[in-house]
Amino acid sequence: METHLEAESATARIVRTSGRMAPVNYLSREHGVKSWLLTTDHKRIALLYLFTILFFFTIASVAAAMMRIELLTPQGDLVTSETYNKLFTIHGVLMVWFFLIPSIPAVLGNFVIPMMLGARDVAFPKLNLISWYLFIIGGALALWSLVHGGVDTGWTFYTPYSTTYANSHVISMAAGIFVAGFSSIATGLNFIVTVHKLRAPGLTWFRLPLFIWSMYATSLIMVLATPVLAITLGLMSLERFWGIGIFDPKLGGDPVLFQHLFWFYSHPAVYIMILPGMGVISEVITCFSRKQVFGYAWIASASMAIAILGFLVWGHHMFVSSQSIYAGMVFSILSFIVAIPSGIKVFNWTATLHKGSISFHTPMLYALGFIGLFTIGGLTGLFLAALAVDVHVTDTYFVVAHFHYIMVGGMVTAFMGGLHYWWPKITGRLYPEFLGKISAIVLFIGFNLTFFPQFLLGYLGMPRRYHAYPPEFQVFHVLSTAGATILGIGYLMPLMYLIWSLKHGRLAGPNPWRATGLEWQTESPPPKHNFEETPIVTGPPYQYSAEEDNQIEMANV
Amino acid sequence: MMDDFHLFPVDASSSAQQVDWLFYALILMSLFFIAAVFLPIFYFSIRYRRGAKVDRSNPQIGSNLLETGWTVLPLLISLGVFTWGALVYFRLETPPANALQVQVVAKQWMWKLQHAEGKREINELHLPLGTTISLTMTSEDVIHSFFVPAFRVKQDVLPGKYTTEWFRPTRLGEYHLFCAEYCGTNHSAMIGRVVVMRPADYEEWLNSGETGRSIVFEGHRLFQERGCSGCHVDSRAIHAPPLEGVYGKQVPLASGEIVTADDQYLRDSILVPGKQISAGYENLMPSYTGHISEAEIMQIIAYLKSLGEQRPER
Repeated sequence: METHLEAESATARIVRTSGRMAPVNYLSREHGVKSWLLTTDHKRIALLYLFTILFFFTIASVAAAMMRIELLTPQGDLVTSETYNKLFTIHGVLMVWFFLIPSIPAVLGNFVIPMMLGARDVAFPKLNLISWYLFIIGGALALWSLVHGGVDTGWTFYTPYSTTYANSHVISMAAGIFVAGFSSIATGLNFIVTVHKLRAPGLTWFRLPLFIWSMYATSLIMVLATPVLAITLGLMSLERFWGIGIFDPKLGGDPVLFQHLFWFYSHPAVYIMILPGMGVISEVITCFSRKQVFGYAWIASASMAIAILGFLVWGHHMFVSSQSIYAGMVFSILSFIVAIPSGIKVFNWTATLHKGSISFHTPMLYALGFIGLFTIGGLTGLFLAALAVDVHVTDTYFVVAHFHYIMVGGMVTAFMGGLHYWWPKITGRLYPEFLGKISAIVLFIGFNLTFFPQFLLGYLGMPRRYHAYPPEFQVFHVLSTAGATILGIGYLMPLMYLIWSLKHGRLAGPNPWRATGLEWQTESPPPKHNFEETPIVTGPPYQYSAEEDNQIEMANV
Repeated sequence: MMDDFHLFPVDASSSAQQVDWLFYALILMSLFFIAAVFLPIFYFSIRYRRGAKVDRSNPQIGSNLLETGWTVLPLLISLGVFTWGALVYFRLETPPANALQVQVVAKQWMWKLQHAEGKREINELHLPLGTTISLTMTSEDVIHSFFVPAFRVKQDVLPGKYTTEWFRPTRLGEYHLFCAEYCGTNHSAMIGRVVVMRPADYEEWLNSGETGRSIVFEGHRLFQERGCSGCHVDSRAIHAPPLEGVYGKQVPLASGEIVTADDQYLRDSILVPGKQISAGYENLMPSYTGHISEAEIMQIIAYLKSLGEQRPER
C-alpha cells in the first residue's frame, strides 16, 4: 500500500509539472478565417457552435432582462404590450432552439464524444459542418424576423392565433426553426453513427462513459422527434399563407390538433434539454469524488427509459385544453412514471459520493448545484403531472418556475459545469479556480432568488405572459427581478475570466483533473486527430480510487 | 380578497380546498424526497471531503436492493398521488346536474357573459353564494382560458367548440378572473372580477338595471325570426327533423353513426348542417355560418333544451 501511495504522489508531481501547451494542436495547426469556416474538425465545429449559441444566448438574455425590468411594476409602463409579447416570444424561441437544444450536444458533445470514444472525428465530419451551416441559416432567418419587427405568438405558436390572428413575422420565424431543426437532426444522426461505428478497440457498450449514453439517448430523440416539429410548423405556415384549413375552426380545422403535434415534439425536446446535462453530471461527480459511479447500468438504462417514455407524455401540457379527461388520466400516470428514471439517476449520483474523496472544484460545485435544482425542478414537475393541481397552476408562473428549474437550473448549470470541466482540454489552460467557485455560488443564489418566488406567484394565480398584473403580486416580481440581476452577474463573471484565461490562464497539461476518460489521455489542446495512437480500452469507465487518491492534489488547488 | 398580499391564494369554492390538500400533500412528498437526497449529499460532502481521514475501504459500486428500493418506493408514492389527482380532477371536470347556467363568449380581449335569466355582463360575473354554477363557453376568435384562482378552476375556451367549467362559491367577496391562455396583444388586459354575493343580494342585482329577457325567451324569438320554425315545426312542405325532445337524445345519422344531441352537436347542425345528417333526412338546411353570433346560437340551444318533449311553437 505504501509503495502504491508513493507511486501516486509521484504521478501527481508529474501531472503538476507537466503543464505545457501541446506544440501542434487543433487550434494552432491552421490559421485564418477559411481554416475555421471550412473545417471538418469536430473540435473546431464545437467552438463555432459555442460562439454562435453565446450570441443567441446574449440576445435572449437581454429580452429576459427587459421583461424582468418591466415586471418590477404592476402597470405595463416600460414597453408596450405588443413589445412585451415579442420579448417573451424571442426569449423563448432563441433560448429553446438556438441555445438550449444545441448547447451541450453541439458544443460539448461535438468536442468530447469522438475523444471519449477514442475516435479521430465524428462519423460524418462534413455533415457535421453542414449542421452548423444549417444552424446559421436558421439563426439568420430568426434574426431577420426579429429585426423586421419580431413575432408575438409565444414560442409555442398556438393556433389559430399564429395562423390567422397574429400580425407579425410568424412564417419567417417558423422557417428559421424549421431549418435549425435539420441541423439538430443531422447532429443526432452523426452522433448515433459515431457511437455505433467509431468506438475504440475494447470500448464495449457497457464500458462507455455515461455522457455517451445520455448523448446517445438525446440523439435518438433529435432524430425521431424533430421531423414532427418540421411538419407542424410547415402545416401552420401553409394555413397562414394559403388559408388551408388545418387548425383554424373557421376554416374547418382543429386548434387542439396543433397542440398535440407541437407537444409531440416539444415534450421529448424537453429531454433533449436535460439528458445531456445529466451526462455531464455523471462525468463530473465521479471525477471529483474519485469514485466509480454507483449503479452504472441503472443510470445508462435510465437515460434510454427517459428517451422512450418521453414520447408518451405530451398530453400533460393539455389537461385544460378540452382533451378528453380519460386521455388526461393516461398522460398523467405516464408523466409520473417518466419521473422515476430521473429519480434513479439522482439517487445514484448521491450514492456515488459515499466513501468518495470529494473536492469542491468549480465543476463539482455546478454538479452539486445541478442535483439540487434538478431535484426541485423534477419534484415540481410532479405537481404539474397531478391532474387537479395542474388545472390550477397550468399557464401560470408555477409552470414558468418549474421549467426554468429544469432548463436553467438543470441544463445551463450542467453546461457551465461541463464547460469548466473540459475548458483545460479545449483551450489547454486553466480558468481561475477561485473566481470560478465564486461565480458558481453567485449563479446558484441568483437563480433561486429569480425563480423560487415564481412558484408562489403561480400558486397565487399569476398567469404567465402577462405584461401588466394586479398589484398584490408585485413583491414576488421585485424579488425575482433582483434575483435576475444577480444571475446576470453570475453569467458575466465566467464570460470575463474564461476569456482572460485564454491568454493568462495557467497551462493545464493533458489531464489536470487526473480523470480517467479517454479524452484526457491526449494532449491539451488535442492534436487535430485527437490521438497519436488509437487507444485500447481494457476496463470499465471511472476507474478512480478514493482511498488512493485522497492525498492527491489536482492541478490548481 | 383582491389586492391583499397573500402567500397562498384565498379558497372560495367547494373545489379549492380539495386542490389545496393535494397541493400540501405534494409539498410534503417533495420535502421527503428533498431530505432523502440533500441530507446524504451534505453528509457525504463533509465526511468524505478530500483529505479527511475516514474509512474509504471497499466502496460499493452498485446494489440491486437499493436500486429496487428507490425505484419502487417513488413509484408507489407516485401512483398514490396520481390516483388522488385523478379523482379530484374527475370531479372538477364533471359538472353536476341542475347547476345554474351562465353562458360565456370570449373574444380578443373581453369576456361576454349572460345569465340564464337574461342579465348580461362584460368582464364581470356576479354569483350567488353556495349555488352550483356551470359555464358553457366558446370563443369568437382565438383560444382563451377562463381562470378564477380563488376557485382553483381553469378551462380553455376554444373557437368552434363548447367547453364547460363549474364551481360552487363558498366565500363572499371579489375575486380575480384571468385569461390564462395567451391570446394576443392585450392578453394581460383580458381580466375581470367574479363577485360572490348573498343569494338575496344576487336576486336583487339580477333584477336591477337592464335585465333583458331570459336566454330561453331570446332563443325562442331567434328560432322564429331566423326561420328555424318554418321547417322544424310541423311543416308539410319540407321534411325536417322535429326538435322536440331532441336535446340529450341519441340521434341516428345517415352515415350509420349514432351521436348524442348535445350542445356541440346542435351548434354544428346550425353552422355546418351537412356535417352530421340525421338518418332519413336530406341535406337541405342552409348553413348559418356568418349569419348568427355565438351568443345567439347559445340562446337557440338553450331554447331547444328547454323544450323537453314539448313541440316548439311556430
